Amino acid sequence: MATTQTLTPAMERQRNARLRRGLLYLVLIAIGLAAPFVAYPVFLMKVLCFALFACAFNLLLGYAGLLSFGHAAFLATGGYVTGYLLASYPGLTPELGILAGTLAAVVLGTLFGALAIRRQGIYFAMVTLALAQLVFFVFVQSPFTGGEDGLHGVPRGELFGLISLRSNLAMYYFVFAVFLIGFAIIQRTVHSPYGQVLKAIRENEPRAVSLGYNVDAYKLLAFVLSAGLAGLAGSTKTVVFQLASLTDAHWHMSGEVILMTLLGGVGTLFGPLVGAGLVVSLQTQLAQSPLGNWVSVILGLIFVLCVLSFRSGIVGEIAKSVRKNFK
Amino acid sequence: MTFLRKTLASGIALAATAMMATGAQAEISDNAVRIGYLADMSGTYRDLAGPGGLVALEMAVEDFGGSVNGAPIEVFSADDRNSADVGANTVRGWFDQENVDLVAGLVASSVTIAVTNVLKEHNGLGIVSGSAASSITNEHCTPNHIHWVYDTYPLANGTAKAVVEQGGDSWFLLTADYAFGHALEGDVIKVVEDSGGTIVGKIRHPFPTNDFSSYILQAQGSGAKIIGLANAGADTVNAITTASQFGVVQGGQQLAGLLIFLSDVHAMGLEATQGLLLTTGWYWDMDDEAREWAERYYERTERMPTMVQAGIYSSTMHYLKAMEEVGTDDPMTVKTRMAGTPVNDFFSRNGRIREDGRMVHDMYLAQVKSPDESTGEWDVYEILATIPAEEAYRPLSESQCDLVQN
Repeated sequence: MATTQTLTPAMERQRNARLRRGLLYLVLIAIGLAAPFVAYPVFLMKVLCFALFACAFNLLLGYAGLLSFGHAAFLATGGYVTGYLLASYPGLTPELGILAGTLAAVVLGTLFGALAIRRQGIYFAMVTLALAQLVFFVFVQSPFTGGEDGLHGVPRGELFGLISLRSNLAMYYFVFAVFLIGFAIIQRTVHSPYGQVLKAIRENEPRAVSLGYNVDAYKLLAFVLSAGLAGLAGSTKTVVFQLASLTDAHWHMSGEVILMTLLGGVGTLFGPLVGAGLVVSLQTQLAQSPLGNWVSVILGLIFVLCVLSFRSGIVGEIAKSVRKNFK
Repeated sequence: MTFLRKTLASGIALAATAMMATGAQAEISDNAVRIGYLADMSGTYRDLAGPGGLVALEMAVEDFGGSVNGAPIEVFSADDRNSADVGANTVRGWFDQENVDLVAGLVASSVTIAVTNVLKEHNGLGIVSGSAASSITNEHCTPNHIHWVYDTYPLANGTAKAVVEQGGDSWFLLTADYAFGHALEGDVIKVVEDSGGTIVGKIRHPFPTNDFSSYILQAQGSGAKIIGLANAGADTVNAITTASQFGVVQGGQQLAGLLIFLSDVHAMGLEATQGLLLTTGWYWDMDDEAREWAERYYERTERMPTMVQAGIYSSTMHYLKAMEEVGTDDPMTVKTRMAGTPVNDFFSRNGRIREDGRMVHDMYLAQVKSPDESTGEWDVYEILATIPAEEAYRPLSESQCDLVQN
C-alpha cells in the first residue's frame, strides 16, 4: 500500500500499460495454444514461419530504418542448410539442424551486412538485392539444392531424440515455441537500450554519430540479428514442409515480406504477424478459388489500397486510433 | 471349465478380429471416393494436361456412374503452378483435411517427385499421367504411385534412335534445367551414343524460358547436324519458333523435338512442324476405339485430347474398376488389383503395371504431316511404327528402384 501512494500518475500509467501489454501477450499465447484445434495446423505453421520472417524483417526496417530487398537469401539459406543436413545425416535431430541453418544465415548476414551498411537508402536496398540474386544463382547451380526440383524428403525427425514431430499437432507446438522465442528476442531487442539507440539512428543518423555512437556497429548487429531470425524462420519452415525450394530464394519472396510488413504495420511489434497472417490466408484461400490466377493482382490492389489510405498499416492504424481515443 | 472359458474367449477374440478385418476390407472409408487432380492449370504445361485433363477425369467418373459400390465419387482440383512446394503442400492438405483417395494428373516432374514423397509418407496412391522423367519409377520409385502414359526412356528410344538411323549422328542438346530435362538428356545421350552418334555439345536453360535466342545461337554455332530439344510444352514451342526465325533449318541443321504433344503441333501449325519425328504414347486418330473416345472429348472441349488427357481417363477408369472389384479404398489393396489386371482399353493394349510402378504399353513413332497431307485441323500425325512395350521402356534389369529385386 505504501508503495502505491508514492507512485506519480505518470509512473502509474506506465505500470498500467505494462500490465495491459502483459495481459495481451497472455491472451495471444492462449489463442496460439488453442488455435490448432480450430484451424488446420499446417496452415497455422506456415503463418507462424512467415510471421517470424516478417518480424525479423521488421526489426531492420521498422526499428533501424534499413530497407533490405534481399531477405529471401537468409530464409532460403536457413532452409537449404537445415534441409540438406537433416536429409543427409539421418541421426541428426531437428533442433540441431535448425540451429545449423540459423548459424549459416547469421554468417551470411554478417558478410552481407558488412558490405551493405556502407550505403544508405536506395543504394542499400540495391546492394542487398544484388547479393541476394547472387545467392539465388548459387542455389540454382549447386547440386546439393536440387536446383529447380528443390530439396525433398527432409525428415521431421524426433525433437531432442525423444518427441516425434510426425504428428502435425506436435510439430505445431514446436513451431509455436520457436516463434515465441524469436518474437521474445525481437521484443527484448526493441525495448532495450540498444533498441533505443537503433531508433535514434533511424530518426537522425548524423545526430547519433555526433552523440558518439558507433553507428555502423549498431546497424551491423541489427542486420545480423534480422538475418539470423529470418534463417530461423526458413529452417523451421523446411522441417515443417519437409522440403526446401527455390521459391524461398527468389526475389519475389523478398518483395512478399515487405508487403506483409507494410500491410500489418511497419515499426509495430504485432504488425508483421497480422500482415503475414493476412497474406498467407489470402494466398491459400485464393489458390483454391476460381480466382487462383489472380493472387498477385489482388495482393497488389490491397497493397495500393494500404499505401493510399492507411499508410501505417493495420496494426499501426489501430494503435493510432487507440492512442487518440483512450488517452 | 477354465479350458472352456479360454476357448470361448479366444474364439470370440478371433471372431472379433476376423470381423474387424473384413470390416476394414469391405469398406470405402467415410463412404466417399475422393480424387484430387493436381496439374499446371495456368502456365507452361496448361495445354497438354491442365483443365482438359480435369474434363477427361470427370468423363471417367461420369462413365463409371458417379459412384463405387454406392459411395459417391468426388473430384476436386488445384493448380500447382509448376512449383514443387505448392504441389506438395496442396497434397499434404488433401490428406490431412479432405481424406483424398487418389491423386491424379501430376505434370511437371519436379512437382511429381515432391508429391510422391508426401504420398509415401501418408501411404496414399497417386497416378502420374503428365510427367516425363523416367527417374519417377527409377531412383524415385515408391510403392505409392504409378506412372501411366510415357516417360523419357521411350522418347529417347523412339525419336533419338530413329533420327540417328536416318543419318543425324551429331547432336547438340538444349535441356530444360530440372528433373525432367536431366532425365531426358541422360536417356538421349545413352541412346545416341549406343546407336553410333556423338554429342558435340549441350546447354541447359532455366524452366520456364521465354527468350531462346542465345541458346539457339550457341546451337547454331556448334555445327551439330541435329539440335535436340529436351524440353516440353511452351518451352518447346518457343525454342522451335526462335529456331525458325534464326533460319536453323535453312542453315542445314535439323531440329529434333524429343517431347512433342499434339497441343504443341496444333499451336505451331503444320507449316512450321512438318516432317518432325516424335514419339507418342497414344494418338486420337490411331484406331476406331481411340477416335470414338476422342470425338466425345472433342464435343466437350472443342480440342482433340493429348496422350496425357487420354491417359488420365484410362488410368482413372482402371483405378475405379479395381476399387469396385476389391470393394475397399485401401490404397495398397487397390493398387495390387490394378497391377494384377492388364490394361485393355482405347488407350492401351495389354498394358501392365510393373513392380516399379511403371505402366508399360506400346509406344508409337510418328511424323508430323505436311499441310498437303493433312485433311483437317487435328489431322497432324502419321504413325510410322509401333515400338513394342518390352522394347520401349527401361528393362527392369537396369532398374535402380528399391522395389525391384535384381
